[in-house]
Amino acid sequence: MKGFKPSAPFLLLLPAIIVLAAVVVLPLILSLYSSFTPFRLTRPETFFVFVGFRNYLSILSNADFWWAFGRTVLLLTIALNLEMLLGLGLAMLVEKATRGQRILRTLMMFPMMFSPILVGFQFKFMFNDNIGLVNNALQSLGLTQDAIPWLIEGRLAFIAISIAEIWSSTSIFAILILAGLLAMPKEPIEAARVDGCTPWQTFRYVTWPFVMPFAYIAMTIRSLDVARAYDIVKIMTDGGPAGRTELLWTLVGRTAYSDARMGMANAMAYFSILLSIAFTVYFYNKLAAARAQIGAEW
Amino acid sequence: MATVSLKKLAKRYGNMEIVHGIDLEIADREFIALVGPSGCGKSTTLRMIAGLEDISGGTIDIGGRMVNDLPPRSRNISMVFQSYALYPHMSVRENLGFSLKIAGAAKDDMDRRVAEASAILGLDELLERRPSQLSGGQRQRVAMGRAIVRDPDVFLFDEPLSNLDAKLRTQMRTEIKKLHAKVKSTVIYVTHDQVEAMTLADRIVIMRSGYIEQVGTPDEVFSRPATHFVAGFIGSPPMNLHEATVSDGKLVFSGGDSLPLPGQFKSKTSAGDKVVFGIRPDDFYPTGHGLSSGGETEVHRAELPVSITEPLGNETLVFAEFNGTDWVSRMLNPKPLKAGDRIGMSFDLSRAHLFSAETGKSLRI
Ligand SMILES: Nc1ncnc2c1ncn2[C@@H]1O[C@H](COP(=O)(O)OP(=O)(O)OP(=O)(O)O)[C@@H](O)[C@H]1O
Ligand SMILES: [Mg+2]
Repeated sequence: MKGFKPSAPFLLLLPAIIVLAAVVVLPLILSLYSSFTPFRLTRPETFFVFVGFRNYLSILSNADFWWAFGRTVLLLTIALNLEMLLGLGLAMLVEKATRGQRILRTLMMFPMMFSPILVGFQFKFMFNDNIGLVNNALQSLGLTQDAIPWLIEGRLAFIAISIAEIWSSTSIFAILILAGLLAMPKEPIEAARVDGCTPWQTFRYVTWPFVMPFAYIAMTIRSLDVARAYDIVKIMTDGGPAGRTELLWTLVGRTAYSDARMGMANAMAYFSILLSIAFTVYFYNKLAAARAQIGAEW
Repeated sequence: MATVSLKKLAKRYGNMEIVHGIDLEIADREFIALVGPSGCGKSTTLRMIAGLEDISGGTIDIGGRMVNDLPPRSRNISMVFQSYALYPHMSVRENLGFSLKIAGAAKDDMDRRVAEASAILGLDELLERRPSQLSGGQRQRVAMGRAIVRDPDVFLFDEPLSNLDAKLRTQMRTEIKKLHAKVKSTVIYVTHDQVEAMTLADRIVIMRSGYIEQVGTPDEVFSRPATHFVAGFIGSPPMNLHEATVSDGKLVFSGGDSLPLPGQFKSKTSAGDKVVFGIRPDDFYPTGHGLSSGGETEVHRAELPVSITEPLGNETLVFAEFNGTDWVSRMLNPKPLKAGDRIGMSFDLSRAHLFSAETGKSLRI
């Protein structure tokens, strides 16, 4: 071992490096590699067959995959926008409250305290066409005679899932936007009122630009979340009926474990990560721009 | 045409009353200064006029129209806030032009007015910056600019110069005066700097813990203060105010020293009355070094020890000991003095003030 004298910092960091390599880097490399093989869990020897980009190419021509991809983007778009609108509304209402604001803030965070699995079960029950709360309520109110097949018809199921997603995560937006509203100096709003703004103009030109960065923080967090949306869908519809609510990650899960085609699933997963990254980068840039706009010092 | 009239205007927070039913008539194009100690309700009054604060009682009329229930945007006012209140996400240029943009002004009209305001306030180099990149004084100038680009009926200023350095403040004071002559709007100007109030205002309103103590021209409030409080508040250095008892043609102070009772108050007091005697530093001076040396009608002279002096160049403030405390006097054409010197002092009693100790009201009519 002459001539090789690792420096002390390197030696001290070595254990951490080894652990990290073992639990993160190695699986990453293996999974990336397996996406270039026809690896099936049932036939271990396929792990060693290198097929180059064949998995990726077949993904590109796989209609199911593109449907799931499109649906995921659609869910992201719908859920994030509605969550932001609802969260904004909620935050502004709570900010107006002169009494019991702390209680309201706590209540607002409630949905965040539940595991997505539980949320999935709860909404599955509520949207059940026979015994579900929703149909019961609609029928009792006389709004409809028939049992609406919420989780059975493809489009309705998508709506039901979106509602569950939105219910469980609007509070993230509400909390962050509320933080923004509370941090906002009140004087510019008063100045705007004196300068001739209607309440809407005050919101549009003064409040919103200030709160926007906070909304983008929530967006960034949520874009990571929804792009890996799995649990709620898995529980409520399991991608059904007939794959009509299949999202990227439920498809990946099914390909990997039900079909046991691990190589293909990994290829899909790597492809999907690109989507996540794209969304995150997009919102992150928006956030940076919005922060620069208000001259934020954080 | 914008008169402003406050009738029985009151403000309560919960059951704490901050402004107690004040009445004030402000004429069109008048420049009114609102002065008073911190926390006396100046900003609150101004904010009620602006419509930013609900009115708990009484009415506000602007231009003859009751505005109690009108939102700020319908009152045609502009306001400079004590804390600047700039829009943090807009450049200086956008800040200045914002109200015009909201009002839907034409682009070239807007540019012209912004350019005018920025020239008056020396903001030309700063137009593209954001408020966070400005110093306190620069922000204050932007806030001023934002108010003057418009052409409102009433300007409301809440201590607009408080963060400027002395030189800039004097300069801006002149600009405000010029501006007022030019725009012909009514101005309500809150300040705690009495020099500003005296130099700018047509009339001064002196407030104290939610009440108006006196309304009058700068000369009136200076030479005929209605109350003991106003007397002590207006004028720098402040008037010497000391409690005394009227006794047999004399004012006897608590320390035992006495002064003759000034002639004009003889008929207004009787023996045993508790009063507050007030004399301005200008009317109490080392003999031969006063403003009106020679022309006085009623002078009391006394030999007093000097305790300290504050030379100011063209004049010196001399603190002379009388009745066991320091009385401040203004010495013109100063000559060197040192602590402990005994010096002949003149009290110009014809210009002295007397206030009732009980009500604080002036006994002069
Ligand atoms: N929201 C509020 N709730 C309760 N009291 C308040 C509120 N706002 C102001 N006050 C009180 O009202 C009084 C008047 O306040 P105001 O801001 O009008 O004073 P000011 O004369 O402008 O003083 P300064 O010269 O310090 O600016 C103060 O005693 C203040 O504590
Ligand atoms: Mg104030």
